[in-house]
Amino acid sequence: MRVPYTWLREYCDPGLPVEELADRLVMTGTEVERIDVVGPPKPDNFVIGKVTEAVQHPDADRLRVCTVEVGEDGPRTIVCGAPNVGAGQTVAVALPGARMPGGDKLRKAKLRGVASEGMILAADEIEIGDEHDGIMVLDDALAAGTPLAEVVPLAEPVLEIEVTPNRSDCFGVHGVAREVHAVTGAALGPDPWAEDAPAEAPGNVEDFAKVTVEVPDLCPRFTARVFRDVKIGPSPLWLRERLAAAGQRPISNVVDITNYVMLLTAQPLHAYDLDKVPGGELIVRAAREGEKMTTLDDVERVLDPDTVLVCDRDRPSGIAGLMGGQVSEVSDATTNLLLEAANWNGPNILQTSRRLSLRSEASARFEKQLHPDLTMRAQAVASKLLVELCGATMVPGTIDVAAPAPEPRTLRLRGARVTSILGMEVSQAEQVTYLERLGFGARVDGDDLEVSVPADRYYDVTREIDLIEEVGRLHGFDRHLPTTLPRVGEGKVGRLNRTQRLRRRAEDELRDLGFDQIVGWSFNDPGEAGRLRIEEPDPRADPILVANPLSDEGAAMRTTLLGSLLGVAARNLARGAESVALFEAGAVYLRGAPPESGGPLAGDFPGDTPAPVTEPHRYGALAVGPLAPRSWRGGGEPVDFFALKGVLEALAGSLGCPPLEFEPASEPFLHPGRSAAVSLGGAPLGWLGEIHPLVCRTWDIDAAVGFEIDAAPLLAAATLGEEAFEDVTTFPAALRDLAVVVPADTAAATVRAAVLAGGGELLRSAEVFDLYAGPQLGEGEKSLALALEFRAADRTLTDEEVDAARASIEAELTKIGGTLRA
Amino acid sequence: MLEQIEKIRVEATEGIVKASSSAELEELRVKFLGRKAELTQILRGIAQLPPEERGPVGGAANKGRKELEALIARSAERLDAAELDAKLVADRVDVTMPGAPPRPVGHQHLITRTTRLIEDIMVGLGYEVAEGPEIEHDYYNFTALNHPVGHPARQLQDTFYVQSHPDVLLRTHTSPMQIRAMETQGPPIFIVIPGKVYRRDSDATHSPMFHQMEGLAIAEGLTLADLQGTLLAMSRALFGDTREVRLRPHYFPFTEPSVEVDVSCFQCEGTGVLADGGRCNLCKGQGWIEILGAGMVDPNVLGFVAEKGYDPERVQGFAFGLGIERVAMLRHSVPDLRRFFDNDVRMLEQFA
Repeated sequence: MRVPYTWLREYCDPGLPVEELADRLVMTGTEVERIDVVGPPKPDNFVIGKVTEAVQHPDADRLRVCTVEVGEDGPRTIVCGAPNVGAGQTVAVALPGARMPGGDKLRKAKLRGVASEGMILAADEIEIGDEHDGIMVLDDALAAGTPLAEVVPLAEPVLEIEVTPNRSDCFGVHGVAREVHAVTGAALGPDPWAEDAPAEAPGNVEDFAKVTVEVPDLCPRFTARVFRDVKIGPSPLWLRERLAAAGQRPISNVVDITNYVMLLTAQPLHAYDLDKVPGGELIVRAAREGEKMTTLDDVERVLDPDTVLVCDRDRPSGIAGLMGGQVSEVSDATTNLLLEAANWNGPNILQTSRRLSLRSEASARFEKQLHPDLTMRAQAVASKLLVELCGATMVPGTIDVAAPAPEPRTLRLRGARVTSILGMEVSQAEQVTYLERLGFGARVDGDDLEVSVPADRYYDVTREIDLIEEVGRLHGFDRHLPTTLPRVGEGKVGRLNRTQRLRRRAEDELRDLGFDQIVGWSFNDPGEAGRLRIEEPDPRADPILVANPLSDEGAAMRTTLLGSLLGVAARNLARGAESVALFEAGAVYLRGAPPESGGPLAGDFPGDTPAPVTEPHRYGALAVGPLAPRSWRGGGEPVDFFALKGVLEALAGSLGCPPLEFEPASEPFLHPGRSAAVSLGGAPLGWLGEIHPLVCRTWDIDAAVGFEIDAAPLLAAATLGEEAFEDVTTFPAALRDLAVVVPADTAAATVRAAVLAGGGELLRSAEVFDLYAGPQLGEGEKSLALALEFRAADRTLTDEEVDAARASIEAELTKIGGTLRA
Repeated sequence: MLEQIEKIRVEATEGIVKASSSAELEELRVKFLGRKAELTQILRGIAQLPPEERGPVGGAANKGRKELEALIARSAERLDAAELDAKLVADRVDVTMPGAPPRPVGHQHLITRTTRLIEDIMVGLGYEVAEGPEIEHDYYNFTALNHPVGHPARQLQDTFYVQSHPDVLLRTHTSPMQIRAMETQGPPIFIVIPGKVYRRDSDATHSPMFHQMEGLAIAEGLTLADLQGTLLAMSRALFGDTREVRLRPHYFPFTEPSVEVDVSCFQCEGTGVLADGGRCNLCKGQGWIEILGAGMVDPNVLGFVAEKGYDPERVQGFAFGLGIERVAMLRHSVPDLRRFFDNDVRMLEQFA
């Protein structure tokens, strides 16, 4: 909302520099985004002039050489290019030295050989509208030499206010003026609608017009007046200046008046050429399904029954609250006028506006729900202006089709409650002052107040708490609010819970293992699954779609972290990185109800209603190029399956998880021979593997290895922080190495399991530390070397005990086709 | 015989002390202490000596032998060390070659760092941390936060909706978790809620995805002044001990009164003017930087969880919502919101 300062001061003049006023408004809840200055930066050297002579320029067809009295000893010669300039006119003149809008200084100039000592002004040259067809011709009563600033504001400061949705009253200059009154205490002038226009035309409004409202719940009030002998023409300069400064293009007096009154009172109006309304009859009804009409912006719109129309007898004339139609538009030929000031259902206007993607100054106000009383205020102000500025005569009476008015609202404001909410004292006298300045009525009842709510604030102030806000903000948080700290806790300490601490540890571990953390986009383009070679019926090929994405790139919620990781890797490689190691800790989004256990990381969030979809939190990692940098001493080996497996095992180990389990498994986006399904305690955790070369190629990456695992089961298995002491030092362990020859296709995990089974309780660990296949073995054989640790908690083991365990291991190995190598 | 022993001892001692290599020393050992050595022979021949000589000769020979053995051992030690030193000196490296790089450590994303920082501050004030879903029901994101259907405030934030589910959306703020938390836990409640949020907006200061930290405090007797104190404590922890905060009245549907909160500029100490006299670019000469929105939780919001113990006549409190990127940008001079999601490793690696 643009509020020209001169206009504002007509109702309440705070006697403050505009910047100071803006500061006060900001600190009391009216957001002033900036102060704009409309017109020339300074009013100096702008004066009224009288053109006494205008003759053809000797050397230019389109220029005239004018003699202009500007209140000085002698006249000035001004060369003017406007087609409408002529002797006898009263005009606005900029003299040399004047600063034009934008800051340029006007200088004496020679135009085609003739010296010009100033400029006769067109409206746009001082930013009053965009007219440049000709110079402004002003009222002859103005004396030559009168400062132009006395006629029309120059260098007009305009407060640009961001009106919050609750304050529909501040969509009108008068509402802002009341706010200024409340904030500063400066006097507020009489209401501009206090006086109505005289109704001097013969007959009664019922003779000329008829209004039927078929949908009273969507149109709580419809008022109409009729004016005759209207003379359409340009508005006077002051009106044009105000509209222009407020950001409205001046058009013609009638249209300008409707806009002006809306900007003043916040109540939109609509003017009809009565002669184009058959029988003067208007019907407010719901649109029919598929009904079409062309709005004033020349767009044909298809409507539905939730849209409210104002129709004449034959067809729709406008979309209620949004925009008029072309059929009854006011034109230069209009002489009889019907003026509508109606009240509409706010939510309905909001929905219609969104559905049709049609917003207007009117809809921006109506959608906030105006009070029906505002209609008659607007009628009164507009009527006076139509009579004064358009020579109109008003037909007596007002058509007023109204549903029962909203009940007057009275609220009780408890004095104790004010203090207990705000934490500061506001005396009852101050409370009354603040409320009355805002237009509320306040009656004292002991420590409390009985407060009546004015129409302007009817839908905004509905409860005691709303009054407390009004009282508090006017009292001034910046000036009076104490600074206190509440007592928190009451027997509890603030802390992260265990899962949250484990999460931090997991992220830190991945970082310490060499991975840079990224934060990827939660959405991507719907083609990503395809690029990852994921196909239906894999649920990851069916992402949750965003109904209204900003672009196709944000249309599908990610079902895997891999796309984000590949995208970031590719972008960094394209920018010159030689290798990347990335990880992300974040959610993916899957269709279907979330699990009922597992906590937030699994998508099981607090609250009575489960989340609408499943959002498991995951850890994903991706490495391209070497994990250890190349140096003169080696390193630089490209990352492979086992490098990432080591990282994943280190992550699990750092959390104190039991060993992860790996089985050959195939994901469509992984190398079929170098990928594994990862599980923990038999429960699936995710995948690990080298990325399929075709997927890599799609992202323009040579080779990459990654993993993606669910955080919830991993952290649930963590023992970090809950470890119990185990005595491993009193009785020493017996260490043995073992070499086992097995068929080449026997998995190491199978061998290890057999060894562990055979070793029994005494065998505390068995780790594979070497792999051999070659001439010393038979065809189709391999040898695995394992380091064994035998230990008992209560004694030092004898050689006989260890040998017995070893024999038992050998027996187990035989079952899987293994033999001990000598 | 005794003289002979003494002669051998002197001769041997001289030789051993002069020996310059372990090989030479070994020769001397064989010569003086070996099987064929004179001294050894003497000791072997003791039995043949007259009984009265056996004692003195045997004693002298043994003593001499032990002395020599000890002397050889000491010399050997000396010579070994000298020879090792000589070997080590020859085994020389170019100390100016680069060190072997350790396996590199990665980097924490600035959003994670900032999130943890704020969490830790609030934990220090006694708060707990909670998390909610990013894809939410309209009810939690709007309705229960006092944005009824058709309310213009719903338009304050342009919302992403889920296709075919008009009541499911990408949460526009972390506030839905206020309701979820209160449904689960009765008062008093003091929590912060970090997380991703989404709004249909994209430019240098708006990202369709960003992160917020919600704060919620409900108990008996909490006031707007308590909110101011809490935010002052948080702001000082984030931006410096001399910071001040100010509350500007504003409008949010789910708080009443609502405020926007400014912190005094930490670059110009709230003056708006830099040391060189120029206008402070951080606060644009205002002396204040807007950091968050807050307010007293609207009784209507509590009304949605009244049966969980949140009777608005009995308990009250405040909520705030802080942009995590905003804090990170201010603390680390990041110029553009979009940089956080670009994930350029050259940026990531600037922050450990």
